[in-house]
Amino acid sequence: MKILAFAEQRDGKFKKSAFEVTQAAAGVATKLNAELITVVVGNSLDGILSDLGKYGANKIIAIQDARLDRYSTTAYAKVIGEIAQKEGAAIIFFSATQMGKDVAPRVAAKLNAGLASDCIAIRIEGSEVIATRPVYAGKTLIEVKINSPVKIFALRSNVFTATPKDGAQVIVENVKPELTDADFASKVIDVKVAEGRPDVTEANIVVSGGRGMKGPEHFQLIEKLADILGGAVGASRAVVDAGWRTHDEQVGQTGKTVSPTLYIACGISGAIQHIAGMSSSKFIVAINKDKDAPIFQLADYGIAGDLFEILPPLTEEFKKLLGK
Amino acid sequence: MKCIVCVNHVPDTEAKIKVGADGKYIDKTGINHILNPYDEFATEAILQLKEKNGGETIAITLGGDSHKETLRKALAMGVDKAVLLKDDSVRDSLSVAKALAEELKKHSPDFILFGKQSIDYYNEQIPGMVAAFLGVPSVTSVVKLTVEDKKVTCHREIEGGQEVVETTYPVVISAQKGLNEPRYPSLKGIMASKTKPITEVQPIAVAPAVETITMIKPQSKQSGKIVGADATAVPELVRLLHEEAKVI
Repeated sequence: MKILAFAEQRDGKFKKSAFEVTQAAAGVATKLNAELITVVVGNSLDGILSDLGKYGANKIIAIQDARLDRYSTTAYAKVIGEIAQKEGAAIIFFSATQMGKDVAPRVAAKLNAGLASDCIAIRIEGSEVIATRPVYAGKTLIEVKINSPVKIFALRSNVFTATPKDGAQVIVENVKPELTDADFASKVIDVKVAEGRPDVTEANIVVSGGRGMKGPEHFQLIEKLADILGGAVGASRAVVDAGWRTHDEQVGQTGKTVSPTLYIACGISGAIQHIAGMSSSKFIVAINKDKDAPIFQLADYGIAGDLFEILPPLTEEFKKLLGK
Repeated sequence: MKCIVCVNHVPDTEAKIKVGADGKYIDKTGINHILNPYDEFATEAILQLKEKNGGETIAITLGGDSHKETLRKALAMGVDKAVLLKDDSVRDSLSVAKALAEELKKHSPDFILFGKQSIDYYNEQIPGMVAAFLGVPSVTSVVKLTVEDKKVTCHREIEGGQEVVETTYPVVISAQKGLNEPRYPSLKGIMASKTKPITEVQPIAVAPAVETITMIKPQSKQSGKIVGADATAVPELVRLLHEEAKVI
């Protein structure tokens, strides 16, 4: 049996999630006694391919072409789907990133394969892969199995471990894809990168502000703390709807679902929709005036006090600890 | 121009979710259902496309009779007519996408809009699958959409930025929050929606590929420590995060 893992790169660099998905797929391949093939799509990537060896990849198929330098849904789906068919892959793993969530459904349709999105755990039972995924924004979880001949799983970022080991030698097979203009029916013509902080879905630490921040001008307290910790800034729905912060920072049922190592909720009472988006964070700190706020029931540590008095010294204390 | 929005009928965001007696799906007793919030952005988008370019707007959903409520909401917002693919069976994204694609083929739409995801199963799969079955391009998680002549330009959200995607129509687009401000149905719109046609269609049957084995309520966490009530607690909080939780 063959298992494929799609290792996502942007701008010639692997995403951390590419290592997570490779290592998770390597674990499944070992348990099922299957061959793991890691698939990379892009252009001029030879220099970075061996990095994947540290995460359990030994055979890599590199599909490289100047036109694949930038992501294209249609072209990427075509080349990944074709490799999966040619290799006769029984299981394919993607990362549930913006690219993974965009391309995996098209590959699934092409292969008539069931797809389990946004998996937060996978285990093997007999010869079956069982995936756990949150539904209703994490208010509850389901375990699923896939009954189609080809099975596809997309793994949530930041949840699976990526620990580099001494890499085995990787064997790289280069594939020159056959592409026509029609394969680029949709084409990325420009990428606008937001400056500075990491994205909430990718950051290890997220510092979020809610209505208790009292106004957009006070978010500089959140930003300073996030910057010291190298984290992302998040926001509650109320704050986004009030126009204090942009929607790309919104954490919750109609915003982003995040799983950072540390989530610091400032002035957030913990409405059910907000909790849905952040409850899978590994450690939760709440800073809120109201000691009865629901967020404290979820928090590992909390300070039930005035955030305007707490955030500045907290930022200073972290600064000292981190030697910044 | 023919624009179709595919909508879903989902539990209200405030709903408390309980595992049902079968242990696989939720207990729907007492739960209010709403038009999926992301589908409101998609509905607004097709209304604006029609206002600019003329043509016809249609809302489609797949589900039981209760889904008509959600179609009425889209009609009240201003959509011209609606189609209910009437089916109460359990489906996965692939089987829903196949049924939607079969229906969509009959209409030859120029724009097919979806919400980025439904807030129940969070699959984010159906737009891409439908596009693949129709053999048309797709752009997901769109926060800006412009159409000029035959050229479609979308900004789609990615981690830490946006991609600017150029494509043509027919096209499938999934709407992310930020694309627009959905309008509220006017009283006139609500009255008019009662007389607008909802056509019932028997969708093609497709067995689901993804099977739910069990639904599990996540373990509720033990409430943690309240370290203090003012700034004097700060050093202790930082110590706990550093030494006990080891996250800093």
